[in-house]
Amino acid sequence: MGAQLRVYRRRIRSVQSTKKITKAMELIASSRIVKAQQRLEASLPYLQHLYAAINAAATGAADVRKHPLMANAEQRTKAAVLVVTADRGLAGAYSSNAIKEAEALATNLREKDITMVPYVVGRKGVSYYRFRERAMGGEYTGFTDQPTYADARRIGDDLLAAFMTPIEEGGVDEIHIVYTHFTSMVSQEARIRRILPLEVVDEVVEKVEGQLPPPLYEFEPDAESVLDGLLPRYIDHTIYTSLLMSAASEHAARRRAMKSATDNAEEMIRSLSRRANQARQAEITQEISEIVGGADALSASR
Amino acid sequence: MADSGKLLNVAVVSAERALWNGQARSLVAKTPEGDIGILAGHEPVLALLVESAPLRIEEPDGTKVLVAVHGGFFSVAGSDVNVIAEVAELAEDIDLGRAQSALSRIQADGVVDGEEASALKRAETRIQVAGVAKGISAH
Repeated sequence: MGAQLRVYRRRIRSVQSTKKITKAMELIASSRIVKAQQRLEASLPYLQHLYAAINAAATGAADVRKHPLMANAEQRTKAAVLVVTADRGLAGAYSSNAIKEAEALATNLREKDITMVPYVVGRKGVSYYRFRERAMGGEYTGFTDQPTYADARRIGDDLLAAFMTPIEEGGVDEIHIVYTHFTSMVSQEARIRRILPLEVVDEVVEKVEGQLPPPLYEFEPDAESVLDGLLPRYIDHTIYTSLLMSAASEHAARRRAMKSATDNAEEMIRSLSRRANQARQAEITQEISEIVGGADALSASR
Repeated sequence: MADSGKLLNVAVVSAERALWNGQARSLVAKTPEGDIGILAGHEPVLALLVESAPLRIEEPDGTKVLVAVHGGFFSVAGSDVNVIAEVAELAEDIDLGRAQSALSRIQADGVVDGEEASALKRAETRIQVAGVAKGISAH
């Protein structure tokens, strides 16, 4: 076999094995998108009940606006930003989009004289900030493809602790999340959401036909403590949904990246085998012409 | 005992999923103020739950459902009772062996503080719930 042909064959084999891997990753990612979406849906009842209860407690509590988690400081100076990235690469621009969005937010905040403290989820984000030697408020890795509520709770506890610490002692007075919103299988975008301080929305609830007004609850121990107990859970749950959404987006981004990698591999195999065939044909042609040439030479010398 | 015509509609929801749904004759939960029992016709209540405690539900046929509930709150409005827990496990979902080994590990550690104290509490609740469900300790 000619040397050239052997080289082509070897390359085809290596591209084929790469293709098998990317194809497998694509399939795994697609099944995980669905799983993440299902978990997102499964967590909705909790949010609805929590929301209703917070509303009820806020109505019952003396003055919601004085609550420590509500907007109070006139001039803010420091903001924690939770950046949700992936643990692993091979997901296209997923992580870098989130980081880019976070950097844009940091620039925005700087214009308002607010310094940003990154809290980073995912190994990709952690290595980005570590490489640039920027101090992080917290690093959370190892769960981005399947986040659990316990992970969210851990992050929520840290963020709340930072929020409750006075600024002079290194606390923060704003908390934002940069996550990737899952709009559909083909469209995800990095988004910014402020989670703290909370703002009171005085909304006029329109009377819906057949829906009863919320009952006058008896609070145990009292409305203020119930509100104190519920608001942190709301933060935790917001973080949890952001993590889940980002996980779904991560899988979708990975699926897309792996799909195009598989397509490229197929394309490469096609052009390589065409060239390999050409090389083989050239080899055969050469052999024939050598034989014919040899036979001609023999008959001529006779 | 409430008469059997009046039942509660109970929903137990954890942060990750809806856990249990159904009718019940009564429900006993633990708040920071103490145990509270709910029968049909209770006044509307919105109460926090303690960090970790068993929740007892009695179904119309007398079957007892035990749930280990860690944090959260519950609301009673009319005949609807919603138990909203951060983390909740049905007795049959609890890995008794794991809870026991967690318990002995923490106890062997000696010093129990902060995070460990709540882990200890969770393990104890799990063991209690799973134990009662298996009839190891009579209630």
